[in-house]
Amino acid sequence: MTVPLNAYLILAAVLFTIGLYGALSRKGAVLVLMSLELMSMAVTINLVAFSSFVTPIDMTGQFFTIFAMVVSAAEVAIGLALVVAIFRTTATIELDDLDELKG
Amino acid sequence: MPDLTQIVFGVIALAMVVAAVAMVQTRNVVHSAYWLFANAVLTAAIFGMLHANYVAVIQLLVYAGAVAILTIFTVMLTLRHPDFATRPREFNLFSLLLAGALLALIVLALFTSPEITQQQVQEFPGVREFAIKMFAPDGWALPFEIASLILTAALITAVMWTHQLSKRRPVKKNYRSKGNEE
Repeated sequence: MTVPLNAYLILAAVLFTIGLYGALSRKGAVLVLMSLELMSMAVTINLVAFSSFVTPIDMTGQFFTIFAMVVSAAEVAIGLALVVAIFRTTATIELDDLDELKG
Repeated sequence: MPDLTQIVFGVIALAMVVAAVAMVQTRNVVHSAYWLFANAVLTAAIFGMLHANYVAVIQLLVYAGAVAILTIFTVMLTLRHPDFATRPREFNLFSLLLAGALLALIVLALFTSPEITQQQVQEFPGVREFAIKMFAPDGWALPFEIASLILTAALITAVMWTHQLSKRRPVKKNYRSKGNEE
């Protein structure tokens, strides 16, 4: 018996929740973005696993993965450019210190 | 006795979980970026196990080759002093419980849904079939072009926000909290 689908899905779920914990608990902007990337990678593992098990000829999940990777790379580029721009004007990237909009 | 595929999957999965946990709980920012890189490479290995060869290579190129390097550069650019690379310990019990609850919910949903067995194929399609489907007019050509537009817009935005052709404006307000003052 080879590796079942549930094994890949549980691995993706574990990675997703670890990334979620990192995104919620970390206090530096770059660290939060790294945790978001980990969550995105877990989702792509999920997509490719389903594609390999359910539609291996159509490869639907693999195409979804390519586009998800493109959007994720664009998001990380913009996010990190934003962090660098914020650092240049406020000299800090601690999320606790960036509280000008706090009510 | 598990067969070779299961052993390989077990080793890769264990390494991925260890790298992910190390990434979210290490106190050094640069180490965190290194663990993200390790996770990206191991994800490409998982894609290889799932017979998705092209996606595995793209994962190495995009995530391990671009995203991880971008994060390392940003860590370098936003570090006022090398001593600030080691941060105080950030532990949040509420986030841990929330993430644990979500994991329990997902695992419960997995074990109560019907099992999906793998469709038997003679051999998995390769890069050639992937390319034929991607660029077919009734295939994925339109989303591909839209994705290219998204990337172009994102990179133009990133350059616009970070270029320094004009004179740098001085920092107006002291945003640093008390603990980080020199």
